[in-house]
Amino acid sequence: MLRLHYNLEKLSMGMVVGIIVAASIGGAVEIAPLFTIDETVVAPDDLRPHTPLELAGREIFIREGCYACHSQMVRSLADEIDRYGPYSLAGESAWDHPMLWGSKRTGPDLARIGGKYSDAWHVAHLLDPRSVVPASIMPAYPWLTRSLDTRVLPGALATLAVLGVPYSEAMIDRAETDALAQSRPDSDAAEDVLARYGDAVALRSFDGDPSRLTELDALVAYLQSIGTLTAAAQEELEEAGK
Amino acid sequence: MTDATDPGRRHSAGHHGGDRPVDPVTGHETTGHDWGGITELNTAFPRIVIWALVLAFSYSVIAWILLPAWPLGHDYTRGLLGLDQSEEAVREYREMERARADWLAPFASAEFAALASDAPLMARAMPAAARLFADNCAACHQAKGTGGPGFPNLVDADWLWGGDPEEIAETLRVGVNSTHPDTRVSQMLAFGRDGILPAGDIELLVDHVLALSRGEDAADGPGAELFAENCAACHGEGGVGGLGIGAPALNDGDWLYGGSPGQIRTTLRQGRQGVMPSWEGRLSPSEINLLALYVERLGKGNRNEARE
Ligand code: HEC
Ligand code: HEC
Ligand code: HEC
Repeated sequence: MLRLHYNLEKLSMGMVVGIIVAASIGGAVEIAPLFTIDETVVAPDDLRPHTPLELAGREIFIREGCYACHSQMVRSLADEIDRYGPYSLAGESAWDHPMLWGSKRTGPDLARIGGKYSDAWHVAHLLDPRSVVPASIMPAYPWLTRSLDTRVLPGALATLAVLGVPYSEAMIDRAETDALAQSRPDSDAAEDVLARYGDAVALRSFDGDPSRLTELDALVAYLQSIGTLTAAAQEELEEAGK
Repeated sequence: MTDATDPGRRHSAGHHGGDRPVDPVTGHETTGHDWGGITELNTAFPRIVIWALVLAFSYSVIAWILLPAWPLGHDYTRGLLGLDQSEEAVREYREMERARADWLAPFASAEFAALASDAPLMARAMPAAARLFADNCAACHQAKGTGGPGFPNLVDADWLWGGDPEEIAETLRVGVNSTHPDTRVSQMLAFGRDGILPAGDIELLVDHVLALSRGEDAADGPGAELFAENCAACHGEGGVGGLGIGAPALNDGDWLYGGSPGQIRTTLRQGRQGVMPSWEGRLSPSEINLLALYVERLGKGNRNEARE
């Protein structure tokens, strides 16, 4: 029994070929489905891309490692639906590069956080979590009050456009102005943000100080947008199992 | 495996026809390799591991047939059992909803007096309300509803918008300064920043508000006229509040944003516009009514405790 292996082990080239064949089966099974991901993960019809300000906030979310403690995926389990809301669909993050589903939950899932709390709460919580949640073990991020660097935004949008996110020429060109305008609802350019990204976009001074565009503005704008870019998950839950 | 070091042994080591040397101590065949006098017993692969592997592989073949398994380009094999994780989850979730319906459904009616007097129903429902409060409200109003700077205390008798269950339910449904189309709206004007009042007047008003809060008769004070002209429309004559427009009473020691001269000065200069999110959509109408009764009781319970 197992003679084949006995002989193969003594033939070093044969062994090498055998290892390559075995390892590539594992690889192919994992990688092959990704080639058809564009067809298998369908972006919902009503999905809107992140605004430049929200996108900047997403970058800060990644930079600060928030994903290390917070997933953004409601699992398809009854208890999760009960606590967080509709389970996450792959299509919801079709335009997220990289997606931030995560699996580690030291804090709660954030996939349905948009609109749950007020901007003022997020600001207080990010600057000093213990000021609003006394028992919180979340780290404080006091440096988020610094000014937001918007110079990278046109490049960021252009890169995402290459990956298939529907950012138009105008959106890319006006990314910096749009980021500022979203935090200044009274400015003329604010209307343009709505025209480009839809009326559902929140125009507010997210950190409560319209005179300065800060990293807090961006991060809070992003947090408030999570889960609000499409109603697909809500609709799917309402239709399912009725 | 390295080669045998003993050149004399190398030949026989290459063969495996059963003519391998036998270890004199155990009587077991060795692999025939010799590392400077150390040999290795040629022990058979344990049967139990082979059986475990056979079982595992057979199970995987069965699983491929029964469960969703293989990716097929744009689709995947669904499996004979037709299981789908999200359908399962929704089914279980609906079951949870049905199991709750016998005590949650009555709360859809908003007949608060009748609901509150149904003791067995309340005993059943209040623990669930406590859980909803912890999940959704405690982050701002604190676990016991005592609030904090900018987030009102829900257990005192002081209400911005009213403490009847009907009023509370409406506050929960539409929120305050929220994104809901019917939101309750309130705003404390930025008298300083927007240049409505000069800094000197603001100082007089800070003193006046402090005097009001201490319950002093400040009707003749230097700030009284300013207050009547600029503030009483919202905060009421003498700062009694309670007009149902979200402007707090100023003639008590309870503060939403803080009662130090500095904090009052900031309120008058920068203005305030607290946001309470709308819960319509996130919570069902029954859950909102349930929470309204919970919040009302929270206040009553705490006040009774305080009195005892
Ligand atoms: C060390 C782990 C950790 C990290 C890193 C972390 N958090 Fe948290 N977060 C928590 C915990 C624990 C809670 C629950 C307690 C609380 O509300 O503060 C929480 C709560 C939250 C909540 C409220 C969720 C809810 O539904 O109540 C938000 C929003 C949030 N975090 C955002 C962030 C953001 C944004 C970052 C990155 C800037 C971040 N967190 C980084 C642990 C973490
Ligand atoms: C993001 C923070 C936040 C959350 C979460 C929140 N609230 Fe509020 N709530 C507020 C603020 C701020 C006000 C005061 C609004 C104002 O300025 O008039 C308020 C006001 C209220 C009032 C009116 C108080 C009065 O004096 O009339 C009630 C009742 C209330 N909240 C109950 C709840 C309940 C129940 C929940 C959970 C479902 C909840 N709140 C969740 C921030 C919050
Ligand atoms: C348009 C109505 C309006 C006017 C006029 C107004 N206020 Fe207010 N005031 C409010 C509201 C509403 C709040 C509560 C804001 C909130 O909940 O975020 C408030 C809050 C306050 C607070 C904070 C109370 C606390 O508990 O922390 C003070 C102090 C105050 N007002 C003083 C004044 C004074 C003094 C004037 C006159 C110069 C004035 N207000 C005029 C509506 C008004």
